[in-house]
Amino acid sequence: MSAATEILVPGKAGEGEALVLTAPISFWGGVDPRSGRIADVRHPQHGEVISGRVLFLPGTIGSSSASAVLLELVRNGRAPAALVLHEPDAILLLGLIVAREMGWEAPMAVRLGRDVFDTFRGISVNVAEDGALTVAA
Amino acid sequence: MAMRIVAESARLLGAPRLIPIASAHIDGALYHGDSGTLFAERLVEGGARVAVRSTLNVGALDLMGCSRIRLEEPQRGMARRMMEAYRRLGCEQSWTCAPYQAGHRPTLGSDVAWGESNAVVFCNSVLGARTNRYGDFLDIACAITGRAPDYGLHHPENRRARLVFDVSALSATFFASEIAWPVLGSLYGREVGNTIGVVTGIANHPGEDALKAFGAAAASSGAVGLFHIAGVTPEAADVETILAGPEPEATIRVTPQMVAKARAGLSTTAAPKTIDAIAIGSPHLSHAEFDMLERLIAGRRLAVPIYACTGRHVLASLEQDGRRKALEASGVVIVADTCVVVTPIMPELSNGVLMTNSGKFAHYAPGNTGYAVLYASLADCVESAIVGKPRFTDIAA
Repeated sequence: MSAATEILVPGKAGEGEALVLTAPISFWGGVDPRSGRIADVRHPQHGEVISGRVLFLPGTIGSSSASAVLLELVRNGRAPAALVLHEPDAILLLGLIVAREMGWEAPMAVRLGRDVFDTFRGISVNVAEDGALTVAA
Repeated sequence: MAMRIVAESARLLGAPRLIPIASAHIDGALYHGDSGTLFAERLVEGGARVAVRSTLNVGALDLMGCSRIRLEEPQRGMARRMMEAYRRLGCEQSWTCAPYQAGHRPTLGSDVAWGESNAVVFCNSVLGARTNRYGDFLDIACAITGRAPDYGLHHPENRRARLVFDVSALSATFFASEIAWPVLGSLYGREVGNTIGVVTGIANHPGEDALKAFGAAAASSGAVGLFHIAGVTPEAADVETILAGPEPEATIRVTPQMVAKARAGLSTTAAPKTIDAIAIGSPHLSHAEFDMLERLIAGRRLAVPIYACTGRHVLASLEQDGRRKALEASGVVIVADTCVVVTPIMPELSNGVLMTNSGKFAHYAPGNTGYAVLYASLADCVESAIVGKPRFTDIAA
């Protein structure tokens, strides 16, 4: 299984177990910036940890501080291994843009059709430098 | 660095150019960890100053000294450094999530760059100024450069409604209740996501505080940056004027059952025997909302504290005539410059129960404070605070 993607924000290649969210999330109030745990009690993936995972996001909602939470996750080493989105997210991805400005190594964000998110559920995924997704060996 | 951030965002969003902006509202000064402080200080070290009027959203500290913030060192010091850095960038010390009630009201049709989800939606919907949902860091970068990416809600054609949210089946009694707008907002946000909708079936302007509560709830449960209400908000004189096409792409006919479900969904606990705290003021309380709080308390003593969050623009007048002292004597804890879901103020409890009349607090309190939430009207919140147990009045939709 593999998929070509479009790179939204360049960053470090990564590998991790896929975490496919089944509902949009507000990073602020929804993800603990210290631990990377999904803290929103109403979210279907409440309790899962996004750190080190290849995070498939069906969309984001809520707070305009999503970017600040992602930047903090990057700085304290608790960021996802990569972010996979259906469309560019004007708020969340600022966290990666600013991380690069600050000289902190950040994961990349890539664009992939939402309809194929499910094929990666639960498996280990490699995100190459060109943004291609493959099943990790 | 600010211009690079604006330009990189423009590229990401497919904006072909930048446009000048008239003002900014900055949501970046709230402490979530050291990264945000280091970013703001980097801007200060580079000699940056805001080029347009820029108000500040809440910080993590109550600089007015009304409430005790439990943030410990070294986080406390870093939060203070962060607030100081934004002051040095030339931002106004407004420290409120309701800048539109603190004298910052951009004119109809003007382009601005606002952050803070509820402020964005109010600015677009109620004032008719044009802003996208600017995230932390891009808001200050736009303020410094005086420019924003030219895309999305800056374009009139992208501001038109594609969906109708018809509330005409709901009763007049429901609309007369204070919970109508936050509950509808929560339902609206979940139903529409990021689609622009127009609410129909509203006979009279519900008042600015009702629209504030609606927008804040909608922007918490969805990705709402702009809503219209036919006959109420400035770009929607009527449904036909604001619809993008001759027919809406979808119509949501809101039923009393949908409202009851949305209302129940704002609570995360069903029937606790006791409550530990009440929180109101998300968005920050206005003068009129403090008037209502005072009328409902009527000089009685609270058994459980009511945390009343507001900005210094309201605090000044509360202090002038002794009202702050009277409220505090009753057991109200006034929180200024910040609020109870963004920084630790309420006692840390493992099984705490928080009652609130705010759709936005109801969304964020469980994740941010660990308290379970009971959603109720302000009148029920006050009565519950007095007896120390949850009291509910039945309000049918």
